[in-house]
Amino acid sequence: GINAEYGVSQDCLWFLQLSFSHSLPSSKSANMSIMSYNGSAVLAMTGKNCIAIASDTRFGIQHQTLAANFPKVFQMSDKIFLGLTGLFTDIQTFHEKLVFRLNLYKLREERDMKPSVFASLVSTLLYEKRFGPYFVEPIIAGLEGPENKPYICSTDLIGAPLLTSDFVVGGTADEALLGMCESLYKPDMDPETLFETISQCLLASVDRDAFSGWGAVVHIITPEGVSSRKLKVRQD
Amino acid sequence: MGESEYSFSLTTFSPSGKLVQIEYAFQAVSAGSTALGIKAKNGVVIATEKKLSSLLDPESVKKINYLTHNIGVVYSGIGPDSRVLVDKGRKIAQTYYRTYHETIPVLQIVRELASVMQEFTQSGGVRPFGVSLLIAGFDEQGPQLFQVDPSGSYWGWKASAIGKSMVNAKTFLEKRYSEDIELEDAIHTAILTMKESFEGDMTEHNIEIGIVGADNKFKILTPSEISDYTQEVE
Repeated sequence: GINAEYGVSQDCLWFLQLSFSHSLPSSKSANMSIMSYNGSAVLAMTGKNCIAIASDTRFGIQHQTLAANFPKVFQMSDKIFLGLTGLFTDIQTFHEKLVFRLNLYKLREERDMKPSVFASLVSTLLYEKRFGPYFVEPIIAGLEGPENKPYICSTDLIGAPLLTSDFVVGGTADEALLGMCESLYKPDMDPETLFETISQCLLASVDRDAFSGWGAVVHIITPEGVSSRKLKVRQD
Repeated sequence: MGESEYSFSLTTFSPSGKLVQIEYAFQAVSAGSTALGIKAKNGVVIATEKKLSSLLDPESVKKINYLTHNIGVVYSGIGPDSRVLVDKGRKIAQTYYRTYHETIPVLQIVRELASVMQEFTQSGGVRPFGVSLLIAGFDEQGPQLFQVDPSGSYWGWKASAIGKSMVNAKTFLEKRYSEDIELEDAIHTAILTMKESFEGDMTEHNIEIGIVGADNKFKILTPSEISDYTQEVE
């Protein structure tokens, strides 16, 4: 079986100590961050009257890849997309919690939630678990208001929001993603150019990260609608 | 309520299907001073009379209160009961803001307050609130005026009155109301309606008026602002 315990070290990193003795010829023990137990890569970018959000589709447990069809981007409403990186069980649970809250909001208020309001809700829900958090780092992307202004935001695992106008990144490949975006990003790209740019950023970054990759999906959101495309990537 | 010996609800059905405690609560409301509200096409006005004796400090009596910067409330009935609801309402509004960083829509705060009032008709050891509330606000849906009753029912009004002279006031309002009334006219109409049912001399010190317009700010008028309007009406 798997024994796991986690604790907080001085610099506030969450560690997961594992030892498993089944199904492997040798027992391995790993001391690693809980945020890289599964591995993921998500990024979002703004363009001219459009936004793009993309993720890899690997589902893995540490070094083992189990599936190549697990995207980490969820469409919450017509104009709101949510990307979640981190521990997969928390990705699934947190996503369900947000669907719950969003549905209740729609029923009670008889209107759609704005992306900025959704981001505030995400932040609040995460902070509620301040001393026992969800191990997720969400990315919110959407078109805000009647003018469909591009909106992107990311938060850390306890809800601190980061509001930018260009791009936000997350996951085990986050540093590589930041570097790629910083080099390739230009403001006011049209949907086609944005698609090319976000795809290049994602691909180059996940290829350098052992824990992400194995497929990628890109969504381009404009006021007219959403177009989603799967990218052909290295299956390793 | 856990430690109370009353784990049963004090509001129970009569054989005829009535909740008599709520009926009596309505009586308490009808015995209270009149309050009214008028929804104009660009704002809402609410008003009430202050029952003062010559020894009372008029500025210390506040019957119209802010729930948020753009939603106000007036009551008819038992003052202290309304204070509890105003406080709960303010907390509800702030909780909403903390979660969504958006001001609470008028209908949502009405729903939640009505839900609170309903709870007190179905819980152990409590009695219904002895107030009806008129809630006035301006949000994305435009100007809105809602009434909430001791039973917890709520509904939107174009113009309404609660309290002692509600019947006369409503008759008066029915004649004078039109859908495209402007806020300024609505204020004049409110003053005239109050005058109809006022016992004694109506001055700027013994009535309260609150307005909210498209600027999204609920404002309680000062006595000098009230006297400007009453003079226009004369």
